[in-house]
Amino acid sequence: MSKAKLKILTSSLAGCFGCHMSLLDMDERWLELADLVELVRSPLVDTRSQSRCDIGLIEGGLCNEENIHLLLEFREQCKILVAVGACAINGGVPALRNRYSVADCLEAVYLHGLNVTQPQIPSDAELPLLTDKVYPLQEWVKVDYSLPGCPPPADAFFQLISALHDGREPDLNYVNRHFD
Amino acid sequence: MIVSIANEYSVPVSEVRAIIDFYHFLSDKKNADYHFYFSNNIIDKMAHSDLLVLQLGERLNSIIQQDPSRVCLDETSCIGLADHAPAALVNGRPLPALNPQSIEEVAELVALGRPLDHWPAHLFQVRTRICRRSWLLNMSLPPGESLLSWQTKGSATILQELQASQLRGRGGAGFATALKWRSCEEQHSGEKYVICNADEGEPGTFKDRVMLSEHSDWLWEGMTLCAATVGASKGFLYLRAEYAYLLPQLETSLQVRRDTGWLGAALKERLGFEFDIQIVLGAGAYICGEESALLESLEGKRGIPRIRPPFPTISGYLRQPTVVNNVETFIHAAAIISKGSDSFLQLGTTQSKGTQLLSISGDCQRPGVYEYAFGETVEQILSDCGADEVQAVQIGGPSGQLLGPQSFHLTLGYEALGGSGSLMIFNHRRSLIEVVNNFTNFFAFESCGFCTPCRVGTALNQRMLTRLHLKQLRQHEIQLLEESVRLMQNSSHCGLGQSAGNSILNLLHDFPETVEQLLNTIGDDNEARLVQALQPAVQLRKS
Amino acid sequence: MNKQIIIDGEVVTYRPGQTLIQAARESGIYIPHLCYQPGYHAIGSCRVCMVKVNGRWASACTTLAAEGQVIDNRTLEVDAHRKQIVQMLFVEGNHYCPYCEKSGECDLQATAYELNMQEDHFQHLYPHRSLDTSHAEVWLDRDRCILCGLCVQASAEQDNKHLFTLGGRGTATQLLVNSSSGQLGETNISAADEAVAVCPVGALMKKQSIYSRRSGERTYDKTPISKLEFKA
Ligand SMILES: Cc1cc2nc3c(=O)[nH]c(=O)nc-3n(C[C@H](O)[C@H](O)[C@H](O)COP(=O)(O)O)c2cc1C
Ligand code: SF4
Ligand code: SF4
Ligand code: SF4
Repeated sequence: MSKAKLKILTSSLAGCFGCHMSLLDMDERWLELADLVELVRSPLVDTRSQSRCDIGLIEGGLCNEENIHLLLEFREQCKILVAVGACAINGGVPALRNRYSVADCLEAVYLHGLNVTQPQIPSDAELPLLTDKVYPLQEWVKVDYSLPGCPPPADAFFQLISALHDGREPDLNYVNRHFD
Repeated sequence: MIVSIANEYSVPVSEVRAIIDFYHFLSDKKNADYHFYFSNNIIDKMAHSDLLVLQLGERLNSIIQQDPSRVCLDETSCIGLADHAPAALVNGRPLPALNPQSIEEVAELVALGRPLDHWPAHLFQVRTRICRRSWLLNMSLPPGESLLSWQTKGSATILQELQASQLRGRGGAGFATALKWRSCEEQHSGEKYVICNADEGEPGTFKDRVMLSEHSDWLWEGMTLCAATVGASKGFLYLRAEYAYLLPQLETSLQVRRDTGWLGAALKERLGFEFDIQIVLGAGAYICGEESALLESLEGKRGIPRIRPPFPTISGYLRQPTVVNNVETFIHAAAIISKGSDSFLQLGTTQSKGTQLLSISGDCQRPGVYEYAFGETVEQILSDCGADEVQAVQIGGPSGQLLGPQSFHLTLGYEALGGSGSLMIFNHRRSLIEVVNNFTNFFAFESCGFCTPCRVGTALNQRMLTRLHLKQLRQHEIQLLEESVRLMQNSSHCGLGQSAGNSILNLLHDFPETVEQLLNTIGDDNEARLVQALQPAVQLRKS
Repeated sequence: MNKQIIIDGEVVTYRPGQTLIQAARESGIYIPHLCYQPGYHAIGSCRVCMVKVNGRWASACTTLAAEGQVIDNRTLEVDAHRKQIVQMLFVEGNHYCPYCEKSGECDLQATAYELNMQEDHFQHLYPHRSLDTSHAEVWLDRDRCILCGLCVQASAEQDNKHLFTLGGRGTATQLLVNSSSGQLGETNISAADEAVAVCPVGALMKKQSIYSRRSGERTYDKTPISKLEFKA
């Protein structure tokens, strides 16, 4: 008898969606996974369930208030939270801005940027405010597992998900354990 | 300027820069006319030093704005005046027991541009507070007494007597003094050195300062006795820069010894060996109290602790056999040889003989230096110095232990509390997290940066403690804090990193109620933290 | 005469005067290390080579082998400890492996892989460190410098140029360049210098030869550092 399907949530915060692409890269192994998991909340599917999930796969770090609100919500919603990819683990490329102040960043882009015709820092109330720096997930919530890589190989996702489904402690073999 | 220094001493420019960046009191810029360093130890903070800095800053603001080269307000690790807190240094001179009135006075003098020599003397007056005398401090030690004893008995007997006294070092580690001297004495090669460690950087400690200002002759006696015993001809007093104001009187007392034939060339005629002592100033680095870092510093380098073994008695200053002892150790050695060890041995406990000097500060009526026989309880000491409603004490400085009332029955001595030269007292109104946070900042500032666990661990601890203080540390991060401290304890290269987390562990394990209060709110403050994180963006949107 | 110690249950012979790491290497036993490299003086600063000698922690590069030592090297406890030290090195700098020119060839990264490090664990310090691109052949990216001091030794003793010093203290410790401006451009460093070759990370790099090997074909892509240590 097969175990119940794991309910999975995925999301991309301050990331480039590359990790999600890699997740899709599992190709036909998705068919195998389909027996193990169900995507209940993800940009890859239409559903937006707010119910409890087993695993949250979070790509990207935290660069604005919206990211943080979402992450806190995901942490509540998910039994197991996984930091997926370099950005979720150490801020990644977006964290390059951590050497500058928020003001310097915005001014460089919106006032002095290339091809800027109407220099003005956007201030629409709808736009999420930037955080003082880009944070990795673990600086705001407890992270249970991490998948390193930029992006992590499809195989790494598979190793992690199948281990969690089978109730084994997830681990990555050498070739799947890379930081780039 | 750096380039010309490099040329003058024929060293690489980067070497000069490396050293300037290492020592807190060195800079490649000219010092301001009035350069203030406020002591930032917790004891000074408890005495409202922050408010005084603000007050002085406000009063001098217009001058600083006009011409920053006139005044600089800076802070530094404990300047060894915890019995006169809050205290500061101005151009190297002590400003003890500051208060709003004296700050007003100082501001006035600075505004007038009055040279320090013309400031009223009371501003600089450090009163010696010896509050309890016992075996050592009740003694009179005429110059040369122990040396004459050496002359009649010879080195072998002196070493035996020292060994019989079971004297242990008073600089913290408690190493047997006789073993150290003997090891150096046994070396046959090369020039030997005797070095007194007067770096006294452990916050809250000032007993060496009091000995240097009251009994420097005893110290010279002890160092000379050591030189005679091990066969050294050159001695150094490594004096922390914070005590530079003692320099004139120390030089004078050295000269008196030379003039009276107890030091320098005259010794040769009298006792058949030559020995002289040179005073060398540190430049603001706590790590230079660690003996091998001290040796590096003395050699003109950054104070990075050496790999040990070899120990200094085999390979010390300029890789020659060297004895490094604490101020109090040398004095005790001279006293023991002068007076014999019987009375000394009658005091103390099985493993800790004799007496010890304690620097007592914080929440008590009578801060100062106390001499106690080993074996005294913390409880008794607290009652002697007039401390009520004590919540905790920090014994042995930030690298020692934070003890709560459940441990006040413990006694001074290597068996229980270590060779601790200081006791800082915190009453029930104090926040212990603030205390430990202060210590953590101290270590992050003073880590020499050589090894990974201490360099990174002190910085991580500092951030975590600050967040714990703000009730922003997550429950799971408490574990990170413990892990960081354990890594430092287990794998740091020297004692600084190994002990820097002691008080953190004490706080977490021995003060469950205090931590409980912080834990209760951990994680409840996401909003507050978010507000803080969004602050710059909100500011920008407003403008 | 050869003497013996025991490392992870294996008898290892040593010659008096050898450190633990030297004795282990000669017997083909890998002890993780970064600031120590064969042919260089051990300074013992990175602490990655920590082992347990008769139950007490010690750095294998600075501890002399001695009769009676029983050493834990690749035990769960010791490796977990080392992993955290490596994690400290990661959070201390700014290590963005995804675009780092050294990725796949980097000893820090490879040691992290070896120790099965999958996340950075501690809070990131995100230091602001300077980049020096002033020289035509070599650049220095201090974001990735782990302060191992190998280039300092190499430049002084092998290249005879004395181009580097470690300066400052605490987390402000940094690699300083020996020129009046403090910039590499003013020095006579060359891409062929041992100081550049020895840098275990992507801090001192040759300018012309970056990204020359594809992902998958780089030194540590498929083979762990513990295996490569004894090749060559
Ligand atoms: C970080 C650190 C700081 C130290 N600071 C001092 C100091 O200020 N004064 C001192 O006498 N010993 C200090 N010590 C201890 C010295 O390394 C050394 O043990 C001592 O000077 C030996 O003298 P003793 O045997 O007379 O105690 C320090 C040790 C460490 C690890
Ligand atoms: S433990 Fe700290 S002070 Fe000691 S060598 Fe290491 S970094 Fe320096
Ligand atoms: S130096 Fe090594 S660890 Fe650092 S970013 Fe480059 S590849 Fe990664
Ligand atoms: S530049 Fe490279 S070799 Fe030099 S200290 Fe930094 S990491 Fe070590």
